[in-house]
Amino acid sequence: MDELSVGSKRILEREDFPRLLAALTAAGYRVVGPTVRDGAIVYGDIRTEEDLPIGWTDRQEAGTYRLERRNDTALFGFNVGPHSWKKYLFPPRERLWTATRVGSSFDVAVEEDTGPPMAFLGLRACELAGLDVTDRVFDGRVRDPGYHARRARTLLIAVQCGQAGGTCFCVSMGTGPGVTRGYDLALTEIVGPPHHYFLVGVGSPTGASVLRGVPLSPATERETGAAETLLAKTAASMGRSLNTEGIHDLLLTNMEHPRWEIVARRCLSCTNCTMVCPTCFCHTTEEVPELSGDRVERWRRWDSCFNLEFTQLHTSNVRKSPLSRYRQWLTHKLASWYDQFDTSGCIGCGRCITWCPVGIDLTEEVAAIRSTVAASPAVGGHR
Amino acid sequence: MVLRPTFGHVPPFSPGQFNMLYRFGLGEVAISICGDPSRPDEIVHTVRSAGKITSALVRVAPGETVGVRGPYGTGWPLHPMEGKDVVLVAGGLGLPPLRPLLYELLAHRDRFGRLEVIYGARSPKDLVYYDEIQRWRVRSDLRFQVTVDTAGRDWYGDVGLVTARIPDARFEPERTVAYLCGPEIMMKLTAQALEERGVADDAIYLSIERNMKCAVGLCGHCQYGPEFVCRDGPVFSYRDVKPRMALREV
Ligand code: SF4
Ligand code: SF4
Ligand code: FES
Repeated sequence: MDELSVGSKRILEREDFPRLLAALTAAGYRVVGPTVRDGAIVYGDIRTEEDLPIGWTDRQEAGTYRLERRNDTALFGFNVGPHSWKKYLFPPRERLWTATRVGSSFDVAVEEDTGPPMAFLGLRACELAGLDVTDRVFDGRVRDPGYHARRARTLLIAVQCGQAGGTCFCVSMGTGPGVTRGYDLALTEIVGPPHHYFLVGVGSPTGASVLRGVPLSPATERETGAAETLLAKTAASMGRSLNTEGIHDLLLTNMEHPRWEIVARRCLSCTNCTMVCPTCFCHTTEEVPELSGDRVERWRRWDSCFNLEFTQLHTSNVRKSPLSRYRQWLTHKLASWYDQFDTSGCIGCGRCITWCPVGIDLTEEVAAIRSTVAASPAVGGHR
Repeated sequence: MVLRPTFGHVPPFSPGQFNMLYRFGLGEVAISICGDPSRPDEIVHTVRSAGKITSALVRVAPGETVGVRGPYGTGWPLHPMEGKDVVLVAGGLGLPPLRPLLYELLAHRDRFGRLEVIYGARSPKDLVYYDEIQRWRVRSDLRFQVTVDTAGRDWYGDVGLVTARIPDARFEPERTVAYLCGPEIMMKLTAQALEERGVADDAIYLSIERNMKCAVGLCGHCQYGPEFVCRDGPVFSYRDVKPRMALREV
C-alpha cells in the first residue's frame, strides 16, 4: 500500500480499531491513553482496547466529577480527567543525577533518558495546545533534556471531542474543540447507530507510516460531513466561558481588587488545581541519600505555588497569605504567562474547576473582577 | 570562602551575578559572587549560616569539594555610571553582592564622578569585611559610611538607618546612578529617599532576592511578577519593579 499523504482522510471501522493498537505496538510504541481507575478516567498503559473506557462518560461541574454509563459503546465518549499528558513528559518525580563520594570530593553522573517511544492515544484539542504551552516552557529558551528527549519520540494521536464537559471552555481560549494542527493522527469517533467508525486524519509522515497495514477505506463526503457536524455541536455546548479580552492588563492592574479577599476565604491552598493543570510546571528538588551516605540522588518533583514553603526565604516566606498565593497562581496562568512564554498558561480544559474541593472557578473569578472595572478606561489594552 | 576549580577553568562573572553552591548530600543554595572580577582564577563567596545548607557550607574545611553551578543572573549594569556620581547602599548581607561592583568601580576610578558607599547593619557584630572597610574608609577617592541600627557604648560610629544618610550624601541627583542591595523594605525606602532628592527611578538599580531551585528559569520558584529573578534578575531597575514593590507578598 502506498503511504498516505499528510492531510488525507480515511475511514477506520470500529471493528478494526484493535488493528491500529497492534500497528502501534508493532512499531515499538508504548501506547498510553485513557482508562478507568478508581472512579475516574485517568491516563495509563493501553494494551488492548478493553483498557479503554468503553461505554463510559464523565459528568463534571465545579468541585464534582462522576463516571456514568453511556447507552452506547463509544471508546472516547468523555472529556478530560484528573490526569494530563504532562505526567509522561514531565514526571511527578524524576531522578536528575547521582553524586558519588570520591575521597573528599564527589563525582556526578547525569541521568540518561532511555525509555521507549510513546504513543499518546486520545489527546484532545486543548491538550495538544497544552503540549504547545509546555514545549515553550521546557523546550524553548531553556531546554530540559529529559522533556526534550521524551517529547521528541512521542507520537500524538488526537481525538476530536464529540461532546463538551461541564467545566470546558476551550472555545474561549481558542484551543478547541477542533484538533487543527500539531498531531500525527486525528480521530473523530462517529458512534452511530447504525455505523460506528472513525474518521482518521493524517497529520504527519510518521502518522502515515504507522497506518501501514491498518485496514482503511476512503472517506465519503457524508462521513467527513458527519465529523464536522459533531464538532460544531461540541463547540456550541461549552460548559463555561471566559472573556479574555485585555485579560493581561485586567488582572495585573487589579492586584488589590477586593475579589482576591473573597476567593482567598474559600481557597484551602490544597494545590489540587496546580496538580491537575496540564501546564503548571513548577517543581522543586530533593536530595535522596543512600543509607551508606556515599551516594546521593538528586530528584525533582512537582511543586505548587500554593505551598507556603514555595517562596521560603531565610526564615520566612514571601507569599504567606492564601490570598497572595491564589493571586500568584491566577495572574501567572492568565496574565504574566504571556510575558514569559507569549501565550496564555490556560488552555480551557476545566480541570482546576472540577477538581477544586470547594469548587473555585477561575472563569467566575475573572468575571467578578471584570464586572467591577468594565467601565474603567484604564482597562482595555489588548494582549 | 574561596574556591578553586578541581577541573576546567572558572568562567568570568559580572558583579551582581550568583552561583549555586552544592554541599554533597544536602543540596544547593544560591549565593552571590563577592570576589574581585579581575581575578577570575578564584570563586569568592560570603556565606552566613542560616539554614541547613548554608550552615554546612560555613563548616567546609580546606581541601574539601563544593559543587558550583554558575554564574547566573544579570548583574549590575555598568554603562550607566560613565561620567556620573555613583551611590552604593547596602543593608546587612547586601554588601557582599555589591563588593565586586566596588572593586570594578575602583579599578576604573577615572570613568565617573563622586563615589558614596553607605553600609548599614543591625549591630556592629553583623558588619562583614571589617578590615577591608577600614581600608576603604581612609581612601580619598570614595566616602564609605557605616551605620548600625543599635550598638553598645563601645561603638563610635553612626547609629541609624541607611535612609537617614541619603539627604546628606554627596552626589548631584540629576547625574547620579545608585545601586542598592539589602532587605526589600530597606531598598524601597532608600529608593524613595533617592527619588526625593531627584535621582531618576531608572537610574536606581536594586537586587531582588527570591527562593531559587534551578537558577535557569525552569522551576518557577523565583517568580517576581512576570520575571524569573534567577534569569531576568536579580538586578532590576527601580522603575521596572516600583509598582510591584508597592504591593505586599508578590
Ligand atoms: S488553569 Fe484550569 S482550565 Fe486552565 S489549563 Fe489549567 S487546569 Fe485547565
Ligand atoms: S483554588 Fe481550589 S484546588 Fe486550587 S488550591 Fe485553592 S482550594 Fe485547592
Ligand atoms: S530559580 Fe528556578 S526559575 Fe528561577
